[in-house]
Amino acid sequence: MCSSLTHTQHKLLLTQKCSTRKLAENVSSKPKTASGSEITADHLLYTPEHFALKESLKKIIDQDINPYVDQWEAEGIFPAHKVFKLLGNAGFLGVNKPVEYGGLGLDFSYSIAVSEELGNIRCGGIPMAIGVQTDMATPALARFGSTELKKEFLLPSIMGDKVACLGVSEVGAGSDVATIKTNAVREGDEYVVNGGKMWTTNGTQADWMCLLANTSDSPSHKNKSLICLPMNSPGVHIARKIDNMGMRSSDTAEVFFDDVRMPCKNLIGQEGMGFTYQMLQFQEERLWACSNILTMMDNIIQETIQYTRQRKIFKMPVLYHQSVHFRLAELETEIELLRSLLHRSTALYIKCNDVTKLASMAKLKAGRLSREVGDSCLQYWGGMGFTSNVLVSRFYRDARLLSIGGGADEVMLSIICKYMDTLPKK
Amino acid sequence: MSPASVFVCLSLTLLSDYPVIRVKPDHSGVVTDGVKHSMNPFCEIAVEEAVKLKEKKFIKEVVAVSCGPTQVTETIRTALAMGCDRGIHVEVSGKDYEAMGPLQIAKIFAALAKKEEASLVILGKQAIDDDCNQTGQMTAALLDWPQGTFASEVTIDGEKVKVVREIDGGLETIKISMPAVLTADLRLNTPRYATLPNIMKAKKKKIANMKPADLGVDMVSRVEVLRVDEPPTRLAGVKVETVDDLVAKLKANGTI
Repeated sequence: MCSSLTHTQHKLLLTQKCSTRKLAENVSSKPKTASGSEITADHLLYTPEHFALKESLKKIIDQDINPYVDQWEAEGIFPAHKVFKLLGNAGFLGVNKPVEYGGLGLDFSYSIAVSEELGNIRCGGIPMAIGVQTDMATPALARFGSTELKKEFLLPSIMGDKVACLGVSEVGAGSDVATIKTNAVREGDEYVVNGGKMWTTNGTQADWMCLLANTSDSPSHKNKSLICLPMNSPGVHIARKIDNMGMRSSDTAEVFFDDVRMPCKNLIGQEGMGFTYQMLQFQEERLWACSNILTMMDNIIQETIQYTRQRKIFKMPVLYHQSVHFRLAELETEIELLRSLLHRSTALYIKCNDVTKLASMAKLKAGRLSREVGDSCLQYWGGMGFTSNVLVSRFYRDARLLSIGGGADEVMLSIICKYMDTLPKK
Repeated sequence: MSPASVFVCLSLTLLSDYPVIRVKPDHSGVVTDGVKHSMNPFCEIAVEEAVKLKEKKFIKEVVAVSCGPTQVTETIRTALAMGCDRGIHVEVSGKDYEAMGPLQIAKIFAALAKKEEASLVILGKQAIDDDCNQTGQMTAALLDWPQGTFASEVTIDGEKVKVVREIDGGLETIKISMPAVLTADLRLNTPRYATLPNIMKAKKKKIANMKPADLGVDMVSRVEVLRVDEPPTRLAGVKVETVDDLVAKLKANGTI
């Protein structure tokens, strides 16, 4: 039973599928030799199915995604419909979503396994776009949407036929979500939406948006609702595709709403509960972001080792200079620590525990560590690291977003302080 | 009468795109500890062909078989996730595994094929770590079955199999009677991804366990590896401007 949660969160968490994991599953296959860099036997969280999942996804990434990443980064956009359909066909877009809508009904540890494996994509933009589709725009819909709504928006999103985006942040409201200005005013059996959204990943390609808007004049935490908004509705203007320093293969849009009309049945769950619904999925979003960047950091360290092993300076490999291999060892240590935190939080989460504090810590550390890893490793690549066609410089640009998006570092710190009860009292 | 069961025989190999394969210090072999292992790519193609034949209703059941240590069960699971119905793991480990070569494996596969009355045995044409290209042929010889090797196209026609083979001179088409042994070449098909739903379903499929002794196979090797060395490092080349320069250099080199 789940204790120590607020009453509302408790009621809402019970609707989540809690699966108990049998210890026996973990000991079914003990390989004698460790395959690759991951220890598969006695894994704290993963079963052979998790590893089989990762292997299959890696094949798709190696064959159908990575060969085109450089091109898509240069073009500033990746073909979301094509890539999502590919992943949807293989069952990777609905891992923890209900079976009735094409999902697999598995627990969140499988979503984390998918996220970890997506970190093998040679850029940050595409995994981020996939994450929006699977773990940001759809969880509330899956949990609280009506059957009709799920058939129209959730099912095709899981199949990879429809691209989703999340409309929460605005030009005037980012970390302070409560102060968003977009409103959806009820007129008969329609909502009329006015306002705009910013930083919308997948925004220029999306078929629908999971929109957070004000639907009443109640206090700011109780007056917001989540609504499924088809992006081809009259009045929806994609003002521009934002030119970012990183995540360049992901299209980020600024969107305006000019008297956009939508049927009231597009409301997800209850009116006024939008803020709470969105909060609920933050734990998953944050753990997801952390798991994604861990694999990327592993890869950057490995590539840096390979590069510095063959690159000579002062008559020996760069790697042989103590400051270099010692620094890499420090970074590797911190990566493993973060991984332990991630797996521990995930293990607790799938047993219905509230891991807000741990998830916030994981996100905070992930953002900061990835900046350190990117910065230190780029230094060891020297001039080559400064060029555009090495992974380390792309990682340096892409990873910088992690301390900002999905909950800025400062927000994570506030949450942790709240749990530590160190915030100033009103 | 459609053939009952098809055996797909799998090999677990060292992944070819691993950065550096190193020779052991004692030159007895290559270092395998910590190196990523995976299903042999030609075996993947073999699995795909078998599953395709089943989908076209030419065969009833596909059985995935592999010999080796516990790790091999993961390979069998992947085959199950691609659509095979059940698996057989023939346990070979330690010294026996290190000494295991195509002849021993062929003996095991032949014994199994006979025991389970398979109509078709499909293998990858060769393993990418040792490039032996012998197991399929030896299996056919031991069973005294016809063989269609280096297959780039397979069609079942009643009691016979039409096989288009890739040979040095081009393509050769043969028709052989079943039961038969086929080995898959690169262009036979493009293996499907094991989708997540199928990976979860594969969990419930059965993998039987047995030892070579159960099949009456003796694992003693008739081959002794004397020494393993890395190929000589490739030397830098020389660029020349004209054909005359090229000829002169080759003459000076003693090559011509």
